[in-house]
Amino acid sequence: MATFRIKRYNPEKQPEPYYEDFDLDIPKGATLLDCINLIKWTKDGSLSYRMSCRSAICGSCGMKANGHALLACQRQADSLLDKDGTVTIEPLGNMKPIKDLVVDFKPFWDKVNKVQPYLQTSAEAPVGKERTQSPEQFRLIDDTSTCIMCGNCYSDCNTLEVDDNFLGPAALAKAQRFVCDSRDEKTLERVTELSKPGGIWDCTHCAECVERCPKPAQPFHRIKEIMTVALEEGVHNNNGARHALSFTRSVKASGRLNENQLPVESMGYFNIKGLLELVPVGLRMLLKGKIPPIFHKSIDDVKDVKRIYKELNQ
Amino acid sequence: MRAALEVCKDLDVALLTKVYPSRSHSGAAQGGIAASLGNSEDDSWEEHMFDTIKGGDYLSDQDAVEEYVKAAPNVIYELEHMGCIFSRTPDGKIAQRSFGGHSRPRACFSADRTGHAILHALHEQVMKHSRSIKVYSEWFMHSLVIEDQQCRGVVVSDVRTGAVEVIQAKAVVFATGGYGRAFQITTNAFASTADGVLAAFNSGIPLEDAEFVQFHPSGLYRQGILFSEAARGEGGYLLNGLGERFMEKYAPERMELAPRDIVARAEQSEIDAGRGVNGEDFIHLDLRHLGEARIMERLPQIRQLGIDFISVDCAKDPLPIQPTAHYSMGGIPTDKFGAVVVDAKGTRLNGFFAAGECACVSVHGANRLGTNSLLDAVVFGQRAGRSALEYAKNVASPSVNESREKTRVLSVFEDIFQREGSESYNDIRNEMKNIMTHNCGVFRDAEHLTQCIEKIQSLQVRYKKGKVTDKGRLFNTELYEIIELGNMLKMAEIISFAALARKESRGGHFRSDFPKRNDVDFLHHSLVYPTEGDGLELKTKPVVITRHQPAERTY
Repeated sequence: MATFRIKRYNPEKQPEPYYEDFDLDIPKGATLLDCINLIKWTKDGSLSYRMSCRSAICGSCGMKANGHALLACQRQADSLLDKDGTVTIEPLGNMKPIKDLVVDFKPFWDKVNKVQPYLQTSAEAPVGKERTQSPEQFRLIDDTSTCIMCGNCYSDCNTLEVDDNFLGPAALAKAQRFVCDSRDEKTLERVTELSKPGGIWDCTHCAECVERCPKPAQPFHRIKEIMTVALEEGVHNNNGARHALSFTRSVKASGRLNENQLPVESMGYFNIKGLLELVPVGLRMLLKGKIPPIFHKSIDDVKDVKRIYKELNQ
Repeated sequence: MRAALEVCKDLDVALLTKVYPSRSHSGAAQGGIAASLGNSEDDSWEEHMFDTIKGGDYLSDQDAVEEYVKAAPNVIYELEHMGCIFSRTPDGKIAQRSFGGHSRPRACFSADRTGHAILHALHEQVMKHSRSIKVYSEWFMHSLVIEDQQCRGVVVSDVRTGAVEVIQAKAVVFATGGYGRAFQITTNAFASTADGVLAAFNSGIPLEDAEFVQFHPSGLYRQGILFSEAARGEGGYLLNGLGERFMEKYAPERMELAPRDIVARAEQSEIDAGRGVNGEDFIHLDLRHLGEARIMERLPQIRQLGIDFISVDCAKDPLPIQPTAHYSMGGIPTDKFGAVVVDAKGTRLNGFFAAGECACVSVHGANRLGTNSLLDAVVFGQRAGRSALEYAKNVASPSVNESREKTRVLSVFEDIFQREGSESYNDIRNEMKNIMTHNCGVFRDAEHLTQCIEKIQSLQVRYKKGKVTDKGRLFNTELYEIIELGNMLKMAEIISFAALARKESRGGHFRSDFPKRNDVDFLHHSLVYPTEGDGLELKTKPVVITRHQPAERTY
């Protein structure tokens, strides 16, 4: 007998959510979705959640099990039980609950819409034939095109938890789908837009979205690919790009990070307002004795570091 | 969505879905979309046409098939121009592979998620045209509004709030999918519940060729989840419990790549003869000889499905599969322009159009070939959209008595909420699915079909005494599941009614008591009409034959 501890919420009845335990014998080979269906169909019909294809392609049944987002149809239920035979089920995070496990996807879709999620070309398409694209070019967008818009990455994104303005992993993965599509002709415009606040450089690189993605789409890797294109396209006039470039330069020059130079270079030497904003932080660090050494020293084997850069053609 | 993109060129569209646009079941189509591009081998629309007609066991309307296969290459190019992702040949063209019943490698594909690629490409275009296409996600369609022999809109409700509304429209296009959920073993999504076809039927529109349900040869054992035919297209073997490639006996020439009806029957015959694996109800799909690299390149999703759902890695072990209800060849009768017709003469119901699985043009006849369904959805989606646009441009805005229409749906809600019965809807649903799979499945006969109809009718009675637990308005998925079950119970009756009447075997419909095709008596489409007092009436409609006279069908 397993216990499914499900977070219930129905504002029509009571304003606060609560947890309800359902005991169930898990049938052999049953997925989490199978079990939740059994609970709904045999124990409590009022339990609400979304589901449709039950083969991990429609993206409807995202929810949290034991604190992490997953597709309920994709996981064997018994693999989720803790030592006491319990699994805790909650709605996806970073979105407002509507009822039980159903959350409001509006902000999610609004952000997908923001990245102009469609192919943009200026040239007329060839008549009576396809545009060509090599298998190598196809591979650049192969993984990202597996995204099913389930919202699992959005749910568990650590940046979104503190910054509503962040586009989020799914929308950025969708953006990569076009940034790296050999047929799209708005690459520069796209990476310029995506380099603004709320875009690629606001990602904290925690890679939680890679862990939660049920498909090979894996947004963080796609975000890195956009960053690479943005830097290659010369879109450097923003804190994120300056930060990345300063980081690279510092390590290349000395084998370690120049923590005094980094914030200044990230802000930009001519960004007076931004630099002034750094002053109070710097003063507080000074008072707490946390200022890095004023004179930046190289590591002993900096030659080896430079050799790595050379190997990477940088 | 393809239809909406056509209409939005000149008029505004409301796109209504009970899920989200990207969650429709077209996304589950894996293997490919057919078109005679000739990118990997010479091909022609004539061959595509013949394969489709032969595959459909000569029940297809050949005038429609001709236009359909001729339109194929251009709709593929249009999809590509929209941004749809396709796997490519070394010289950058759209790659094509072999598929059951097709005599040439004709399936354009995007790895093993072609439907997903097309669905998302269309959704991208819908987002691009958001000024003229307004999307209503998670709205449920209850009924058509028909006044003076014209379709004037639909009655719908918002799943989130339970609010009932009327959407008045100059034209309505249905793309509401199939009804595989009436069966126990099915590839279909939980959403594939006959809502659209039943709404049409309840308005007096007949359903065409409802008896023809396709059973896909490779459904995951017990679950029915789809393992693409592409697995066989890429060279996979089917093995019985003795380890034999049993297709030798049934289709020596095409082997595993015979059409689906033939392969599904072969599998079921092996299973029924006790030659399933370990004597159980499944056989093996063996991909091991393809090698891990090929599997990862061409069939990655299938491999992952096996690993996730049954812990079988198809690169190392064979997959347990069985026939699974997959596709409805029948549906709402339309002409080749996507306009709904209500009789054998082709009389249109003005303002109402349908495309895709919910419609019956009929291009698939008695059995659809793999990769022809995505093509159907795109070709006839476009055509239905174009027809709707032309029609709507020349018709005045409707003025529907909304409160009367709303009241009808609200009374359905109230009826369900008021039921103080003790019957479990879950039991009724399970019994229906079980009855349909065992009495109206791969093999059928008069005795089982008669029983099937009786049992389904008794379930319809029990359905009215069901027990409801959720009487709230907010995101009440129980309410919608009950409405869907009601739709499926009626559909199940219609399928078995039409199956009982067709005393022959043709394509996906196999009668053990009439194992031969009978062109003298049954070379016609069936039309099932509703009659007074919940009854059913059968009429027929001639098949359009142009280029290919019916011939024996061997592979």
